[in-house]
Amino acid sequence: MPAPPSGNPPMAASTTAAGPSARARFEHWLPRLVLAPSFVLSFLFIYGLIAWNGYLSVSASRLLPNYEFVGLEQYVTLFESERWMVALKNLLIFSGLFIGLAMAVGLLLAILLDQKIRAEGLLRTIYLYPMALSFIVTGTAWKWILNPGLGIEHLMQGWGFTNFKFEWLVDPDMAIYTVVIAGVWQSAGFVMALFLAGLRGIDESIIKAAQIDGASLPRIYWRILIPSMRPVFFSTLMVLAHIAIKSFDLVMALTAGGPGFATDLPATFMYTMAFTRGQIGLGAASATVMLATVAAIVVPYLYSELRSKR
Amino acid sequence: MNSKLLHRAILFGLLGLFALFFLLPLYVMLVTSLKDMDQVRLGNLLSLPASLNFASWDKAWHHACTGTDCRGLQPYFWNSLAMIIPAVAVSTTLGALNGYVLTKWRFKGSELLFSLMLFGVFMPLQVVLLPMSQVLGWIGLSDSIWGLVTVHVLMGLASTTLFFRNYYVGLPDELIKAAMLDGAGFFRIFWRIVLPLSTPILVVTLIWQFTNIWNDFLFGVVFSGADSKPITVGLNNLANTSSSVKEYNVDMAAAMIAALPTLLVYVVAGKYFVRGLTAGAVKG
Repeated sequence: MPAPPSGNPPMAASTTAAGPSARARFEHWLPRLVLAPSFVLSFLFIYGLIAWNGYLSVSASRLLPNYEFVGLEQYVTLFESERWMVALKNLLIFSGLFIGLAMAVGLLLAILLDQKIRAEGLLRTIYLYPMALSFIVTGTAWKWILNPGLGIEHLMQGWGFTNFKFEWLVDPDMAIYTVVIAGVWQSAGFVMALFLAGLRGIDESIIKAAQIDGASLPRIYWRILIPSMRPVFFSTLMVLAHIAIKSFDLVMALTAGGPGFATDLPATFMYTMAFTRGQIGLGAASATVMLATVAAIVVPYLYSELRSKR
Repeated sequence: MNSKLLHRAILFGLLGLFALFFLLPLYVMLVTSLKDMDQVRLGNLLSLPASLNFASWDKAWHHACTGTDCRGLQPYFWNSLAMIIPAVAVSTTLGALNGYVLTKWRFKGSELLFSLMLFGVFMPLQVVLLPMSQVLGWIGLSDSIWGLVTVHVLMGLASTTLFFRNYYVGLPDELIKAAMLDGAGFFRIFWRIVLPLSTPILVVTLIWQFTNIWNDFLFGVVFSGADSKPITVGLNNLANTSSSVKEYNVDMAAAMIAALPTLLVYVVAGKYFVRGLTAGAVKG
């Protein structure tokens, strides 16, 4: 980039009596021009494709896109489908347990680590590494550990507990809980990191004052520290809810939605319908329902975050 | 001070138990990958391998079968690498420029544009899968590595822009004003002043994008063709191939191979990885 011809900064040049020069006008628009490609593409990609998907969901599309308008037919089929209802029920079970347990374990770990202990760095590294791995990798590993024939069951029987049974992975009623185990294992360290940062951000003098007043440590955590981390709880909840709703990889690697469709979640349902069953309209409708769910949670959150910054 | 000692013992006991729980899958993956099939079938989950046996790593890399294709994970690994380099480079570069404009060259409506883009960070990707596969077909990029690169760049822009914007808000505007008075233009200021101050956020963003794209499965499984499947898809196909006898040791070696790059990044630059995670979670 050559320097502008005169020593004048571009802003000053644009206010001269002769009117802005071409060069100054270019400099004035340059930032917007730089921004334009990524924003135009992002908006086309985000909002354009959302609209397109929305239209597919009210079309007669099956194996191929078909733009004949059929109203809410696909949504009616969707909510009459047993498989979709199982996916929704699973989402409720999974997200409830996953969010609750990940928060509880994460908070406990953060409080334990906050006790000025040696080896904190090492422990933090150990608790958090699952987050660096792909759900496909961890799902594959858990599938092997939970394997009824050779995994934990085999181990416990080898240790003398010959009646020990652990067949959740192949039990349609229990399989969704194995997904919870793997999910919590993967994400609890991340919650720990957020909470630990929150705890470290609290002013030490508040704790000192409470100690002088004779408050016990559990009481200080329960009454002072935890309540003052409310924003951290809220962000964590947001992120975990978001992870739960879009969970796809973990289920695919651990159970592939099975046995039967017992561990289907909306994300795996959408994939199966749209890409392996040739039910494009139905897949699009389920994606729209997922979008609506996420939007209901995230839009108020983003709105308040952006407002509070002003 | 006996009760204090007891407290410490309980504290470390709990921390140690959790550490074992978190390490268990990694340990099981590693020891299983080094056993032969006889030992996998007869021994237990936690026992150490009888001898160091890298045969299953060799098989996972060179010969393991996914369906009828028996070239191991190798081609998938190279696909991921070929995809990740341009995708990370382009999305990070654009994110840096966007963040720079959004904080140092604000114009009317730029904040609104940014908020609209933020939704892209949270949007469930299922919503774009169907139309996107059509778009990729039109522009001739379906089933190709470049198609995956395109999707990852588009999808990553919202987060990279967010990262750089939040970082550049903290750079003093006076720096930019002073440079403008000296006659420096838009790109010169970026190149000479802003970029040299960006190392921390650059590292965070590179790591964040690298882990996300390497670990992606959804786009990989939907948008890749026979010759462009990334490593996660390769691993999943390999572990779910039901044709012959299940070789858990090969599966675990394959999982380790798929995990190694991000694990390495985490061990070497864990601090920045955590910063990326927290920056993604707590806006502003």
